[in-house]
Amino acid sequence: MDVFLQQLINGLSLGGIYALIALGYTMVYGIIELINFAHGDVYTLGTFFSLAILTLLGVTGIVTGPALIVVVAVTILGAMILCGLTGVIVERLAYRRLRNAPKLAPLITAIGMSFILENLMLYWHGPSPIPFPAVIPNPAVGLGSVTIQAKQIMVIVLAVVLMVVLQVFVYNTKLGKAMRATAQDKDAAQLMGININTTIALTFLIGSALAGAAGFVSGVYYGSTWFLNGFAAGLKAFTAAVLGGIGNLAGAMLGGFLIGLTEAMTTQFISDQWSNVVVFSVLVLVLIFRPTGLLGESLPNKV
Amino acid sequence: MALLEVENLVARYGRITALDGIALTVEQGEIVTLIGANGAGKTTTLRTISGLVRPAAGTIRFDGRDISKLAPNDIVRAGISHSPEGRHVFPRMTVRENLELGAYTRTAKSEIAEDTEQVLGIFPRLRERYEQKAGTMSGGEQQMLAIARAMMSRPRLLLLDEPSLGLSPILVQTIFGVIRDINARGTTVLLIEQNARQALAVAARGYVLEVGRIAHSGAAAELSASEAVRAAYLGGAA
Ligand SMILES: Nc1ncnc2c1ncn2[C@@H]1O[C@H](COP(=O)(O)OP(=O)(O)O)[C@@H](O)[C@H]1O
Ligand SMILES: [Mg+2]
Repeated sequence: MDVFLQQLINGLSLGGIYALIALGYTMVYGIIELINFAHGDVYTLGTFFSLAILTLLGVTGIVTGPALIVVVAVTILGAMILCGLTGVIVERLAYRRLRNAPKLAPLITAIGMSFILENLMLYWHGPSPIPFPAVIPNPAVGLGSVTIQAKQIMVIVLAVVLMVVLQVFVYNTKLGKAMRATAQDKDAAQLMGININTTIALTFLIGSALAGAAGFVSGVYYGSTWFLNGFAAGLKAFTAAVLGGIGNLAGAMLGGFLIGLTEAMTTQFISDQWSNVVVFSVLVLVLIFRPTGLLGESLPNKV
Repeated sequence: MALLEVENLVARYGRITALDGIALTVEQGEIVTLIGANGAGKTTTLRTISGLVRPAAGTIRFDGRDISKLAPNDIVRAGISHSPEGRHVFPRMTVRENLELGAYTRTAKSEIAEDTEQVLGIFPRLRERYEQKAGTMSGGEQQMLAIARAMMSRPRLLLLDEPSLGLSPILVQTIFGVIRDINARGTTVLLIEQNARQALAVAARGYVLEVGRIAHSGAAAELSASEAVRAAYLGGAA
């Protein structure tokens, strides 16, 4: 039981990272039906940007006291802004002109963008793993034989806070409503007076900013990164988005946590090496019984 | 000066020329109808006016201002609202949210509330369905919503593309009644219809499109009486 609880905590923190990345996949897919293969790399860039900001701030290890809050806030916000801008630039340069092209064209372009970002990061930090400073003190709180590390709490809290903010934005603001309208019918959205270029750019900004936050968290969580870090994480986050129902925000969050939990449990009760097999088996099983994913709607667009 | 003046308008889809230099005007306060067979270019005309299709040549002046290069969202702000062919309501949003989006360009809350009350008064059915997702409603209900939503921007010119398509005869009567009503309250209407007889009955003037060109135009009564129009669009009967 204790082992189970322990893995529950581990799985939730892992899942928080996947969920944050999955949101970007699902938002972009929801609005322009593109699987943005470069998104996993934007997440890695988030870790790289965080590292650069920490270096600028002179942080090389653990920070304590009030300075900790400032450092964490500045780094997360900085990584979110820089990743958000990266996403906007990628959309503007690569995807926008292909919006009315056959679906394969933007897809291939996305794969190309992924290679470009990976190679930029390779050039930036080389091919080896890069250490990431611990930043936050990491006392472990013991609950019986279960230990919760401070950084795990940080991941879960940050993920949940960002998700709540996103949910409020999308469902309770005018811009959020414009985003949903654009996702559902671009012509109609324009006829309402919505500038869909702005709305789509905003979607990339937000999705990529969330990946930036995940990038910071993952640096702290794992203590290292490298230029291809986003490949596996991106694939799992994408799986999470599909599992939850691509295009659906709540689905991406649920999917992210489920994938994190599945991975943690498999690692504990079966073996490390089986975790990917189990994760993708879960995906396949869910899709057999619910092709639209767990929370995906299958409401017809035309009645 | 007419409220809407279209001159020499050309629109293409790749190599297909859908509009081959059409001209039309709509005066302030009028109902004008555009009739024609399937594929004649009626929908393209409205989509070009509202900016969804870029004209290849020609000018579109609204209230004296050239709008042919404006983006659709700016054309809405200029005062043109378009209820498109096929309704295009937001399927995963409620009636309320669809109407709110209709008022996207506006800010005065109290005026929006007034207009919401007004359209719900015109279409009581929408009030009953207020919190229902538009995608789950019947075709007729969606059509009412599309028209109501288009009215929510308080347009000076309302473009209606086949508002009676696929509706029951009773509902068709309702819709035509509503069009008269909207017009009586001061909104200028450019109406596309396959149901030419009905359209000519509500409109002051009409244009007949044939494969991308205006074949006939004139007062609605004249068009209804014309042999050529009757033979082609009014089923020939007297
Ligand atoms: N998106 C499109 N792509 C290519 N051709 C189109 C498109 N939309 C309409 N057309 C063509 O343009 C012509 C006019 O169509 P349309 O304006 O829809 O006519 P109507 O509304 O009078 O039925 C037709 O020949 C039609 O096939
Ligand atoms: Mg048509």
